Amino acid sequence: MTTTQSTATPTTQKLGIATAIAVSFLVLSGLIFSAEDVVQGSTVRMMYVHVPSIWVAYLAFGLTALCSAVYVSNRSRSLIWDRFAGASAEIGVLFVAISLVTGSLWGRLTWGTFWVWDARLTSTAFLFITYIGYLAVRRLGGTFTQRARRSAIMALLAVLEIPLVHFSVNLWRTLHQKASIADPNAKVQLDGFMLFTLFWGLVSFSMLFAWLLIHRQRLMALEDAVQDQGLDRAIQERRTEAGR
Amino acid sequence: MTSRMQTVRRVSLAVVRKDLRIEWSSKVLLNQVAPFSLVIMIMFAFALDNEGILQRVAPGLVWLATLFSMLVIVQRSFAVETADGALDALRVAGTEPLGIFIGKSLALMVQLLALELMLLAIALVLYAVEPTAMGYAETFATMLIATIGLGFVGTLYGGLGAGARGRETLLPLLLLPAVAPVLIGATRATEAAFGSGGAQSSEGWPWIGLLAVFAGVFGAVGALAFGPMIEE
Repeated sequence: MTTTQSTATPTTQKLGIATAIAVSFLVLSGLIFSAEDVVQGSTVRMMYVHVPSIWVAYLAFGLTALCSAVYVSNRSRSLIWDRFAGASAEIGVLFVAISLVTGSLWGRLTWGTFWVWDARLTSTAFLFITYIGYLAVRRLGGTFTQRARRSAIMALLAVLEIPLVHFSVNLWRTLHQKASIADPNAKVQLDGFMLFTLFWGLVSFSMLFAWLLIHRQRLMALEDAVQDQGLDRAIQERRTEAGR
Repeated sequence: MTSRMQTVRRVSLAVVRKDLRIEWSSKVLLNQVAPFSLVIMIMFAFALDNEGILQRVAPGLVWLATLFSMLVIVQRSFAVETADGALDALRVAGTEPLGIFIGKSLALMVQLLALELMLLAIALVLYAVEPTAMGYAETFATMLIATIGLGFVGTLYGGLGAGARGRETLLPLLLLPAVAPVLIGATRATEAAFGSGGAQSSEGWPWIGLLAVFAGVFGAVGALAFGPMIEE
């Protein structure tokens, strides 16, 4: 018997279409409609990907921690929380990578170097490595419950580890450009449309995150189901052999 | 509550005694880990190939060698527990997990401290480091507090996935980013103690404070998380 299961539902299809439109508009707006920066020229366009990427990464890791905490504290120990945590971390790692790559390229054009050892960059690299470790813990094997418990603890340890690393790296070195929009005392004024493009990037990337998250979570549930079925089938085959 | 604390104390003493006795009879620290850290220190000299640079970066090298060697000790510490299902037996026997955590952390701290003293001696000889009396006091304070933090965090991450296949290769990936604050704090404090690069002795104490925060945080979290972690 073959069954065809899709990870899409009418709602996620609508979300997918809306995301595609939003991202397409971001591409047009970032590459064509928005003006060049007075100082940075066209390199500023990289920010429309860089800033939303790191935003999605923080969102994703926050969600991983939240779902892990719910898994640990919830008596039902529902694996759906574990899958959401895992799916979210995978997407987070992808977006930190995008953010690091776009940041390095921007750095090469603006600072003349791909990498500087300042606090924020170093902390971000640690964030990346820590969640690669988290994903590796998820692949350690064992039962689904073992996977869920281990990775939930690892995710909660990461929440503790990251501020400590961030704090110590900050003490170690601070050169990074101050966040120019978030800083209320900053004199930097962004052109209205550039600011709009940046916020549009945040919105469209968040939509993309939600769409990816739902699909990845459902795919994980299917992967778990396949693994279960494989085990059942193997047991059945052994029984048949023994019965012969 | 008091009886629980007594149990924890008894279990942790039994575990620390057991781990140190295993080490005493197997001599893995002495015969394998210590020579390994010596090789690291010599290899650093080959890689850097300059006495001035070596003297300048000696504190960082001592701590890097400590962290690399620590990976081996932590792996060994949990290999002993998972071989023949020892950890399962402890669990089934209803042994207090907090006691196991404290006991294993203490045993790890003792071994690390012995190793660090040896590495300090090597740095004095090979890298021509000459601390003052105050510098020595600062170095020992750094070692003691950094080791407490390393003991807790090493035991915590060592226990994560204990018994699962492939965890040996995973440990460095999990543990090294977590101990980055110790590497930063301990290196800066030891630089101040050694006077490397013209650092003043007084500059080291805030870093020792950072190490103390690290030790406190991971001690508290380890005490809470170790039980659920080993209960498979």
